[in-house]
Amino acid sequence: MNSFESNLNVVQNEKIIDKNMFERVGTKGLSGEEISKPSLTYWSDVWRRFRSNGLSILGLILLVLVVATIFVGPLISEHDYQYINTDVKDLKPNSEYWFGTDDMGRDLFTRVCYGGRISLLIGLCCTLVKFIIGSLLGALAGLKGGVIDNIIMRLAEFIGNLPYLIIVLILSVVLGRSIFALVLAMSITSWVGTTRMVRGQILQIREQDYVEAAAALGSSTGRIIMKHLLPNTLGIIMVEITMSVPGFIFGEAFLSYIGLGVQAPKTSWGALASAGQEQLMFYPHQLFFPCLMIVITMLAFHLIGDGLSDALDPKLRK
Amino acid sequence: MESKEVLIEVKNLKKYFKVGRKQVLKAVDNVSFNIYKGETLGLVGESGCGKTTCGKTIMGLYDATDGEVIYEGENIHSFNTQEKREFTKKAQIIFQDPYSSLNPRMTVGDIIGEGIDIHHIYKGANRKKERQEKIFELLDTVGLNKEHTSRFPHEFSGGQRQRIGIARALAINPNFIVCDEPISALDVSIQAQVVNLLIELQRERGLTYLFIAHDLSMIKHISDRVGVMYLGGLVEFTTSDELYRNPLHPYTQALLSAIPVPDPEEERVKKRIPIDGEIPSPINPPPGCKFASRCSLAIDKCKEKMPEFKEISHEHFVACHLVK
Amino acid sequence: MNNRLLEVKNLQVSFNTYAGTAQAVRGVDFHLNRGENLAIVGESGCGKTVTSKAIMGLLPSPQTIIGKENSYINLEGQNLLELDDDKMAEIRGRDISMIFQDPMTSLNPTMKIGEQISESVFLHNNISKEEARKVALNMLELVRIPNAKLRMNQYPFEFSGGMRQRAMIAIALACNPKILIADEPTTALDVTIQAQIMDLISDLQKELNMGVILVTHDLGVVASVSHRIQVMYAGQIVERGTVDEIFYNPKHPYTFALLKSVPKLSSNNKETLYSLTGTPPDLINPPKGCPFAARCEFGMKICRVEEPKPMSFGDTQEASCWLHDSRADITGVPRELISRGETYGK
Repeated sequence: MNSFESNLNVVQNEKIIDKNMFERVGTKGLSGEEISKPSLTYWSDVWRRFRSNGLSILGLILLVLVVATIFVGPLISEHDYQYINTDVKDLKPNSEYWFGTDDMGRDLFTRVCYGGRISLLIGLCCTLVKFIIGSLLGALAGLKGGVIDNIIMRLAEFIGNLPYLIIVLILSVVLGRSIFALVLAMSITSWVGTTRMVRGQILQIREQDYVEAAAALGSSTGRIIMKHLLPNTLGIIMVEITMSVPGFIFGEAFLSYIGLGVQAPKTSWGALASAGQEQLMFYPHQLFFPCLMIVITMLAFHLIGDGLSDALDPKLRK
Repeated sequence: MESKEVLIEVKNLKKYFKVGRKQVLKAVDNVSFNIYKGETLGLVGESGCGKTTCGKTIMGLYDATDGEVIYEGENIHSFNTQEKREFTKKAQIIFQDPYSSLNPRMTVGDIIGEGIDIHHIYKGANRKKERQEKIFELLDTVGLNKEHTSRFPHEFSGGQRQRIGIARALAINPNFIVCDEPISALDVSIQAQVVNLLIELQRERGLTYLFIAHDLSMIKHISDRVGVMYLGGLVEFTTSDELYRNPLHPYTQALLSAIPVPDPEEERVKKRIPIDGEIPSPINPPPGCKFASRCSLAIDKCKEKMPEFKEISHEHFVACHLVK
Repeated sequence: MNNRLLEVKNLQVSFNTYAGTAQAVRGVDFHLNRGENLAIVGESGCGKTVTSKAIMGLLPSPQTIIGKENSYINLEGQNLLELDDDKMAEIRGRDISMIFQDPMTSLNPTMKIGEQISESVFLHNNISKEEARKVALNMLELVRIPNAKLRMNQYPFEFSGGMRQRAMIAIALACNPKILIADEPTTALDVTIQAQIMDLISDLQKELNMGVILVTHDLGVVASVSHRIQVMYAGQIVERGTVDEIFYNPKHPYTFALLKSVPKLSSNNKETLYSLTGTPPDLINPPKGCPFAARCEFGMKICRVEEPKPMSFGDTQEASCWLHDSRADITGVPRELISRGETYGK
């Protein structure tokens, strides 16, 4: 290499090229097959694109802040969310009670934190149920086709067309007003969209040559699903997951607001907002803080979901 | 030529697809031929002529509607699940599109090793190491290097991906490979690479190929015998030299004359045999000769009666009323 | 000089990617005369499509950097690189049109073919809808679509692949452009249809006296229709010349390899084809010296350090290769590659 370099100097400085530079070397020592770009796995590539999107990073930071507040907050504030102290009713936010107190003198900040845990829990549980049912039925319908596909999709259409509020009402009458009933009521109608989406994805991926190649190699159906179909739908499922958590949080808030949701002494953002709404004229902060948390959380999930769907879009891959 | 041993016998093979409620698409309609051990059989025709379906039915990827594919004495379409699985070790396929044929979430090593994993080729304590070594060996065979094992398909060019597809098919040491238009998605400069590799592998391992393409010049180059397909059926079948020197079916003649020749002077004097319009729909094909609607030589008889597929001279089969 | 329709000088295009800046086109010069058919040939990723899109002003703006210093794309004296988007939109379709590889995705599936053609006429000319429809009908007849009147009212899905490409050509030519850029117009089509479309483009070019730029990876398809050919590799033009010069007397080993790698119908079966090893270089870090060095069997030491300058062979042919230096080691190099005389014409 050194002799090459010195020869190069000759070329550049004097524009005289040494005769031995014209010695034949062919393609020796050079590989036309080399890949010089750094290796990038699928997920690190997704993360790279996600990271470059400022808004989605903002969403991620907001979410981390909300979660940290919810779990660490009560430890710092040193108040109990159920402790009633009628001496400090309806206080404005101050250094002792950061978000003020409610009409029974309970610390609103601690209540918002506890309520947030319940709201997030419900959001995540519903999403989990929705995705387990939705992906399984969707994958089954897409893969098997025929009669099974028909049955699943007709069922999905039927469930999808039931009025959601009526189901919630009936379930809360039958099962009583518990968190379990709430989760069941909300997720039982929600899997329809996921099923359709996963089925569509599977139908598309099933046509790819690599699935046929796996079949030609003698793969069993199970292996094809686990190795080829699921990994390739995972991206879109992830976007749907992040996008549906805020929907459930909002749904819970709505149900609690109209009195069908979480019952006292437990609380949630929706229940807190509902309570705050009664005091809106005199103590607007009691409505403001639970709502603020709902808004921030929903915004965070939506920003992350948007960023993810951009990052996962193969067309934007460059 | 020395005595030829038949590896696969295709007998009256039919593959129909249901389209809608009543209509039937006859993708492959009554096709019969033999494939000899160690030869390359070319199948050529326009898109939609059923050549790919024919190839995939022969290797058992599709179930046949009717007819038999006899591989070493056994009809592969009467196999049970276990036998089918065993058969995949003998017959493999290389796909046309190097982009959709490799799973984007798997590393090149896992893609090539998939067949080894499925069939548990290596048993015992050393199986991981043996698998790894086999993958390195295969990468080397197709002209890639060890460092490529942990990379993902999107990092490779079309030609490199096609070679990865070849390595995947070779991993379980098949005897018979269906090459489904393996070069038509590649740049001309890369096509030669892949074709040379296929020919070299055939010499070294005694592989038998069914080579499917729409490009007659490459088919002619790589094949020992060629079948020309039109709308689900064979119209001409003979050795590749004979097909080039003495094409008898008007469709074959037109196909040959349509090939662009990389020679300006020859192109200037060449007269193309015009072939009007495009291949008709294989749903409800016309009665009589299927090519009649585009054939400049067609007579009344062509539109009424389907010509017989008969041997005109030794090993030269044609289906045309005009060829005597 | 009046004959010169388009002149491209020192075109430089780069793209920003995650791994760095890819220099897709690195200093390309060429010109196109009225009524001339120029072919740009090269592998995928060599910059041929980027070059044609740069002329059309169709490159995505934030990721693309087009060098403007000492460079221009002159269309009859107007520098296209200096035009704003609105002006460029006027030029597109009226002065320069483009057809693409995939006729399936280039047509709007929800619009009738006739409407799609008349729309582009209507956009660029100050005429009534009725007149635009008449022009559209004429265009369909011009591109030899049978039953043009009936076909006007059909949707793209009712057209076959070849018919769609004809319809695309009709749309492209509807406003009587001076230049037609055809980017791999026949790659997605069957051989029999390929020949039809190539003949059509060639006939129309003569009838309408257009300039045509034909972009392709297959030298075979341009033999009968093009006048001049330029071969691109790694974002540069490595050789250019008339069709006869390129086919019978190539001066660059890359051109030579492109020609040799195609099997001839008359050649022997299963003969090993001349083939290029490896793949083109990564344009994020273009290699020092000649970009083709890593794949060139005649490579010399000099090829790896110093880029060869274009050398002319006669009035029309030019190639950038060190093999033509008087000191080059030419043992074993095929005669047709290094001979300086005019040996072509069989």
